[in-house]
Amino acid sequence: MEKKSSEKSKILLKLFTSTLYISAFTFGGGFVIITFMKKKFVDEYHWIEEDEMLDLAALAQSSPGAIAVNAAILVGWRMGGFAGMLTAVLGTIIPPMTLLSVISFFYAAFAADPYIALLLKGMQAGVAAVILDVVCGLGKGVVKNRNVIHLLVMAAAFLATFVWSVNVIYIILAAAFIGICTELWKRKGGRK
Amino acid sequence: MIYLELFWSFLQVGMFSIGGGYAAMPLIQSQVVNGHGWLTMSEFTDLITIAEMTPGPIAVNSATFVGIRIAGIPGAFVATFGCILPSCIIVSLLAFVYYRYKQVSALQSVLGSLRPAVVALIAAAGLSILQLVVFGGKEMGIANVQWVECGIFLAAFLVLRIWKKNPILVMLCCGAAELAAGMISGALK
Repeated sequence: MEKKSSEKSKILLKLFTSTLYISAFTFGGGFVIITFMKKKFVDEYHWIEEDEMLDLAALAQSSPGAIAVNAAILVGWRMGGFAGMLTAVLGTIIPPMTLLSVISFFYAAFAADPYIALLLKGMQAGVAAVILDVVCGLGKGVVKNRNVIHLLVMAAAFLATFVWSVNVIYIILAAAFIGICTELWKRKGGRK
Repeated sequence: MIYLELFWSFLQVGMFSIGGGYAAMPLIQSQVVNGHGWLTMSEFTDLITIAEMTPGPIAVNSATFVGIRIAGIPGAFVATFGCILPSCIIVSLLAFVYYRYKQVSALQSVLGSLRPAVVALIAAAGLSILQLVVFGGKEMGIANVQWVECGIFLAAFLVLRIWKKNPILVMLCCGAAELAAGMISGALK
């Protein structure tokens, strides 16, 4: 019994240090962190099967919230139940929280400096480019599927948010509702 | 009660942002800029810039940043907790369902239909940042167009689209280009 519990705390420690490490060094979106997790937990530790990791990635991607946090929750449950979940989530959020706290304390001085202001202004142009580049990639995926409903949802959502300033949450709920309707319709069609 | 407001705002961000990263951005903007006025659009854009440059999810970064600026360290904890709480509950339930049934195709197809809407929301958020860049936060009009920033944006966009360079590197180059342009025009005056 004692041996088992020491083994469990060893796994938790390993889980904590690896999520901490992954979270501290992954710049960019959730998919980046998923590739890092795959390298660590599938290839290095052999804790999780490759197919299972892909399933977890799909779940993390299609659930609400940050992908990195969601993936950590799933891997945490898999490795150590509730304690594992808490461990993995803490490991994932400690690095960004620490860094952003430090930055936000210096933000006032940071933003008042004319050279830093120039740098930030230029980088804002860069951020706009990065975001619109991501949008082009994602939009191409939607267009390629040639699903009329999806295209209409995309156009309507854009007009609703950008032109009419509809609350984002209503747009998401409406899209989810349309998704439920199409799923029900598909099932009805399948039964015939 | 500011803590409760922070908690509630970021709870909504955590609950309704599906698809991670950029998907959270329009929600954060609607809560923090349009809803409560905790940040100006320009501060929000700085926040996105900083969040892009530092590791970690944008939602967690924003919760920490906004929380600290509005209500200090406790604010950061409250906002971050609010932002991850829906994930912890919903994903834990999904983990349970997954390991019990291992087939969530119906759920996935419903959530999958959210994707086009999410793409549109990200596009709108990107365009509102672009608007800020092009007109420098002033009224829309040809007189207010910031030509240097427009050029930097176009160059960055092409570099990203065609050569698929590292986005963080591209952003840093944009900052350096603006700094150089500012110093040259300052020296000329």
